[in-house]
Amino acid sequence: MMGEVGRLQPQFPTLARQREADHFGMLIFLTTEVLIFGGLFAALFVLRAEHGAEYVKSSKAMHLWLGGLNTAVLLTSSAVVALMVEAVKAGGARLAKWLLSGAIALGLMFLAIKFTEYGLEYRDGLVPHLSPRNLHGGPDTLFMDLYFAATGLHALHVTAGLALLASLIWPFGAAPRDSSAVLAGNAALYWHLVDVIWVFLYPTLYLAR
Amino acid sequence: MNLYFWPPQASLHAEHVDWLIGTFGLLVALLAAPVFILSAIYLVRFRYGRKADRSQREAGNVWLETSWAVIPFLLVMGFYVWSTRIFLDQQSPPDNALTIDVIAKQWMWKFQHAGGQREINELHVPVGRAIRLTMTSQDVIHSLYLPALRIKQDVLPGRYTQEWFTATDTGTFPLRCAEYCGTDHSVMGGRLIVQTPADFARWQAQAGADRSLAQRGHELFDRLGCAGCHGGNAQGQDAAVRAPPLAGLYGKPVPLADGSIVRADDQYIHDAIMLPNKQVAAGYKPIMPPYGNVLDEEQVTQLEAYIRSLGAGGGT
Amino acid sequence: MTEAKSQVNPRMSQEAIPDTAEERVSYLAEGHTLKSWLTTTDHKRIAILFLLSITFFFFCGGIAAALIRLDLLTPAPDLLSNDGYNRAFSLHGIIMVWFFLIPSIPTTFGNFLIPLMIGARDLAFPRLNLASWYIFVLGGLATLATVVLGGVDTGWTFYTPFSSTYSNGAVFMALTAVFISGFSSILTGINFIVTVHKLRCPGMTWGRLPLFVWAHFATAIIFVLATPVLTIALVLVALERVFGIGIFDPRLGGDPLLFQHLFWFYSHPAVYIMILPAMGVVSELITNAAHKQIFGYWFVAGSAIAIAVIGFMVWGHHMFVSGQSAYASAIFSFLSIVVAVPSAIKVYNWTATLHKGDIVIDGPLLYALGFIGLFTVGGLTGLMLAMLAIDVHVTDTYFVVAHFHFIMVGGSVSAFFGALHFWWPKVTGRLYNDVWARLSAILIFCGFVMTFAPQFLLGYEGMPRRYHVYPAVFQPLNVMSSVGASILAVAYLLPFTYLFWSLRYGKPAGPNPWGATGLEWTTPSPPPKHNFETVPIVDKQAYCYPVGGRGEQSRPRTQKADDDG
Repeated sequence: MMGEVGRLQPQFPTLARQREADHFGMLIFLTTEVLIFGGLFAALFVLRAEHGAEYVKSSKAMHLWLGGLNTAVLLTSSAVVALMVEAVKAGGARLAKWLLSGAIALGLMFLAIKFTEYGLEYRDGLVPHLSPRNLHGGPDTLFMDLYFAATGLHALHVTAGLALLASLIWPFGAAPRDSSAVLAGNAALYWHLVDVIWVFLYPTLYLAR
Repeated sequence: MNLYFWPPQASLHAEHVDWLIGTFGLLVALLAAPVFILSAIYLVRFRYGRKADRSQREAGNVWLETSWAVIPFLLVMGFYVWSTRIFLDQQSPPDNALTIDVIAKQWMWKFQHAGGQREINELHVPVGRAIRLTMTSQDVIHSLYLPALRIKQDVLPGRYTQEWFTATDTGTFPLRCAEYCGTDHSVMGGRLIVQTPADFARWQAQAGADRSLAQRGHELFDRLGCAGCHGGNAQGQDAAVRAPPLAGLYGKPVPLADGSIVRADDQYIHDAIMLPNKQVAAGYKPIMPPYGNVLDEEQVTQLEAYIRSLGAGGGT
Repeated sequence: MTEAKSQVNPRMSQEAIPDTAEERVSYLAEGHTLKSWLTTTDHKRIAILFLLSITFFFFCGGIAAALIRLDLLTPAPDLLSNDGYNRAFSLHGIIMVWFFLIPSIPTTFGNFLIPLMIGARDLAFPRLNLASWYIFVLGGLATLATVVLGGVDTGWTFYTPFSSTYSNGAVFMALTAVFISGFSSILTGINFIVTVHKLRCPGMTWGRLPLFVWAHFATAIIFVLATPVLTIALVLVALERVFGIGIFDPRLGGDPLLFQHLFWFYSHPAVYIMILPAMGVVSELITNAAHKQIFGYWFVAGSAIAIAVIGFMVWGHHMFVSGQSAYASAIFSFLSIVVAVPSAIKVYNWTATLHKGDIVIDGPLLYALGFIGLFTVGGLTGLMLAMLAIDVHVTDTYFVVAHFHFIMVGGSVSAFFGALHFWWPKVTGRLYNDVWARLSAILIFCGFVMTFAPQFLLGYEGMPRRYHVYPAVFQPLNVMSSVGASILAVAYLLPFTYLFWSLRYGKPAGPNPWGATGLEWTTPSPPPKHNFETVPIVDKQAYCYPVGGRGEQSRPRTQKADDDG
């Protein structure tokens, strides 16, 4: 599997077709990821529709600025990743490595901020089941349930994305040999998806008014 | 052993449903018949080795395709309209319906009549009268199925659902749980007993109802200390802690703390007792303790009956 | 869609193609070790791996069914305890749905045939294909673990709050098993979609694709769009079970109906996953048996896509009495009638295909006819269920059980057996005895009707489903059903005997024993590892059977017609 990245496989007539297929396959996979989160978004929208006032109240109690900072962090990391793909295509392996490290660092920063937020929520008594001091067992509890489920699942995907990006540097350093940016491109797509999901999660959870 | 073929029809609705499925069955049989008949004919006539005219074979025919899609669809639509009308009728009980409360729990059915009579797994009703069942579950989802009436409705925890009927035949009919609910799901059932008005009145009298539902509710109200906040006659005055008055509350609009307005129906009162801070009344603090762990659904039904009985003037 | 010669993958024609027949190595002979099978990326071998796995689970689910029908011979709970029975039907459902029906035709015949039918050497992502199998096996192991841990009693539908709060069974393990199997489905779906888009050989336009491929393409769309919603629904139940969060618990402000919406949003399209491939098979079998072009190619192809799309809009018909709003129910009822139309189109088109055909009545055709008969009854009873007033009475009764078994078992399983027989020579290189095949098909049909037809009546009479103990008045019909089930069991075992026998003693099959059209029939039986020596170039429509004149026999005598042993 490792070795020459992007070598022509026997079932494909041309390399161009193979790349199209790889790209297409990745897009379909990302669609399935969108649908997984779709279920959570559906639950949130139903909650908003049925208990609008409570939903807004819970949303106002969220750490708006930390969430906003996280959004900026993730968007920046996406931009960095996009640059990284270009670097790989241009053959700049060292630049690509630095950009990857930068993106990973930003991703780790995202997770750090997220867990800080979780800690604050615990302290504030807004965690269902574990620290429910300030929750009333109604829609506000449900909101926090879905908040933790959605952001937790997202954080898992961020971690998976970080692992993907890291695999381009260690252990085999695929990026340098990925002259047509196949692996890099797919990892980047995944990272962009993780970003896009957050871009929808943030207003849904933090900005309901 | 008698051969049981068709369930009894104990209401007009049951007759309507039987007509519906009978005629619809005829329609779909007619739509399917050509497939079976023609296939059989073709298998014989065009069998390999048999001489037949196989010239001018068609690979398609848009007119034919369209007509055998559209015509059956339109025919079925007719039945859709009929069926939906019957269904929607079954969602709106008449105003003068006799209300009976139903509480389902693993694995029994509890019925509470307004007059205070309680039954387990048996439901006595008078013939010819509209009966409305207001149902909730103590635990998981159940479903009250009355095959002779051709009706069923899921019974949910934390929510009220309803079904209504007018029985046209006296007799004893099966009553079954129709939503899988655990170990004894298949034995969670009993009997629907439809009686003449005279017999029903006699049953009511002897069913040992010393107090009506509302009277039981009043007792609970006092015993649990609700009066402490809501006042002795639920007027809201002479209470140590300020709580909303309940007299005349039932059915009225209630402004909530978040600015919205809800109607004080059974569901609202149920939630106000079990999960009071879900919807806090405007101008009051969210300090009512929840009774979800103290009361079961039967007791909540009794409290509701009591609150319903409170006119603008006061309690019973 | 021709490729310039210089851009053609030089490997495809440079492969050391032997000159003589003896030197051609079939995919079966390339490596005999276990390792060669377990590390294969050949779609044909992976199909065999799947075939073995799903057959194993078919037996497991069948044993559960046997326990159920045995116990239901009497109204009293004499074979199993109430809890034991509840576990039996739950495991029957979980195993049959996720570990037999959903993978069945796509992962076996879909995997084997799609590349062959489109003139490709393999699927787009062979390693992903193998991963899909391993994930399936992992899910299967988790299912077996569920059984070992005492089983689960929530029903295959996992309704909350019973599953999330009240059940005492191995719910978490069961949820895990299904969760894992979902990823297997998703990978297969991705593979099929990309393969059909990108690996069609020159001349194989969309309009020339076999209907089998169209059906699997539509199925793959559902795999990819519906399965993730199941994934999240199961995750939420698991979270509730483990952490006690209250998404589905009304005591904590949650809503049990939310689970039903999420669950059925997947599970209704899932039933189309179970039927569309079968319909694709039937299109192949009918055209071959009649030796004739399909009637209404684009209508049949388009109806597969229509079923896949509209199938996403009807999930609420499982919830008419759930407490869902009456107006939502009315809309779902309407849409459920709409979704029946494309299926009706298919059935009418198959019938019309037989008209002026040149029909050989062999095993595969009998299975296809069995499908048409049983699917039609199942589908029409589905229309009945779409009618609100009828559904209120018969939902959650044996009427529904009969309905879906007619479609799933009478339909899909019949088509699966039809596919097994039709492509057996291609997959194994052997011919089987057709007399036994015809006997099996008829026995399956009869056993099936005897088992499930009485259940329609039982349902209308008021026997709810998932009942271990039942009122004595229902016993005669239950006995009839159980007797039918025993016939059905024998009928299902029968093909294993003569098909296995053919592996050793059957006559070697030539490339095209049925005289069928389709690129898969231009390869040797069994095909070599890379399927085609040179890239096929297609210039004809699908099902281009030679047209006979008046009274002429329109097909050459084939090897099959000779073979009567």
